[in-house]
Amino acid sequence: MTVAALADIFKQNESAILEQWIEIQRQAGIRSDLIDDRTMVDNSRDLLKAFIRAVTESGDDLNQPGWAPVKSLLERLSQAQSRQGFTPTETATFILSLKEPVFALLREANGELITASQLIDKLGLYSMERFLAGREVVIREQQESMLELSTPVVQLWKGVLAVPLIGSLDSNRTQVVMEALLQKIVETESDIAIIDITGVPTVDTMVAQHLLKTITAAKLMGARCIISGIRPQIAATIVHLGVELGDVVTKASLSDAFQLALKELNVRLVSANPR
Amino acid sequence: MVDKIPILKMGRYLLLSIQVDMHDQLAMDLQEDLTEQIVRHSAKGVLIDISSLEIVDSFIGRMLSHIANVSRILDAKVIVVGMQPAVAITLVELGLSLSGIATALNVEKGMRWLEKNVNDDLVAEVESDEDRDTPAETGN
Repeated sequence: MTVAALADIFKQNESAILEQWIEIQRQAGIRSDLIDDRTMVDNSRDLLKAFIRAVTESGDDLNQPGWAPVKSLLERLSQAQSRQGFTPTETATFILSLKEPVFALLREANGELITASQLIDKLGLYSMERFLAGREVVIREQQESMLELSTPVVQLWKGVLAVPLIGSLDSNRTQVVMEALLQKIVETESDIAIIDITGVPTVDTMVAQHLLKTITAAKLMGARCIISGIRPQIAATIVHLGVELGDVVTKASLSDAFQLALKELNVRLVSANPR
Repeated sequence: MVDKIPILKMGRYLLLSIQVDMHDQLAMDLQEDLTEQIVRHSAKGVLIDISSLEIVDSFIGRMLSHIANVSRILDAKVIVVGMQPAVAITLVELGLSLSGIATALNVEKGMRWLEKNVNDDLVAEVESDEDRDTPAETGN
């Protein structure tokens, strides 16, 4: 049995297939909270129409240009579903449930099942691929926004910036921190930047090196950096690793560092109610 | 070379602002020019504004530190001001930390630094030996 014969059978029975397909999808249970019945019916009709046209024009090779409308339709549906929170099974079921009406039809016509099965499998695989690609896009977006969220640069005083670092540092993140800090230094014309590493769980040679790079870059621009919040274990690790911090000023806590910064800016705080 | 970076004299200081892309010949010319000017005006401070400089390579980075070192030997204090973040990151990645060169965020702060440091020196020397007339200049 050729693909052309298959196409003929599909074309003649389009409405019957569609009806059964929709019925099966309803039985499988549609996510009424995410998609309404009408949208599902519309999607099914559009896809089936495009599918039959593609089989008629371009045979069973999905790389043919005739399949492009089906692919783009599937891509749109799968990515939308991955964003809306459908499970992979639900997305796959959409295409795979087409098998049942098609097979029933072919059995009546004594047609060959294997070609049709392979064709639908290919479509199923394609829709899964797109579904996962949609997921990956979401994950990547979240990663980026996390990266930006997790590296705030705050101004403590006119001329004093602070970067409270929380969580583990890798080269990617340090790069973001470095750029954000330097940019903020230019914007606010700050003389002193405090890098607080209270929330950094471990410091290894790489992290120390990244920190030193940031500090050197800030120094080149004319700002001084103070590191604060080095915990006892981390201090021990730094010495143990033999990391040379050079002439970098370190303070025990953010408040100590802030005091030093104010002193260097010649700012003196006095109590409002002198006794 | 038609291109030349102007060096402005202002009191005891020389100001130079790099506002074009530095190429190698330009940097060499600048260095030569600057040393001559420092000696001629017996300048006490040099302020190099690189806020418009957006691209550096290792040669330019080395040139900057070279210029600064030469100036220091000629008894002029050097301060580099207004370095862009991208330039700073590039220099650090290239391993050039310009150690020993003072830096400031903008021309205003740079000028204040020069005033403070140069004046401090002069006052100290005048206090230590009141008989000498403008002692630092005779050294040149």
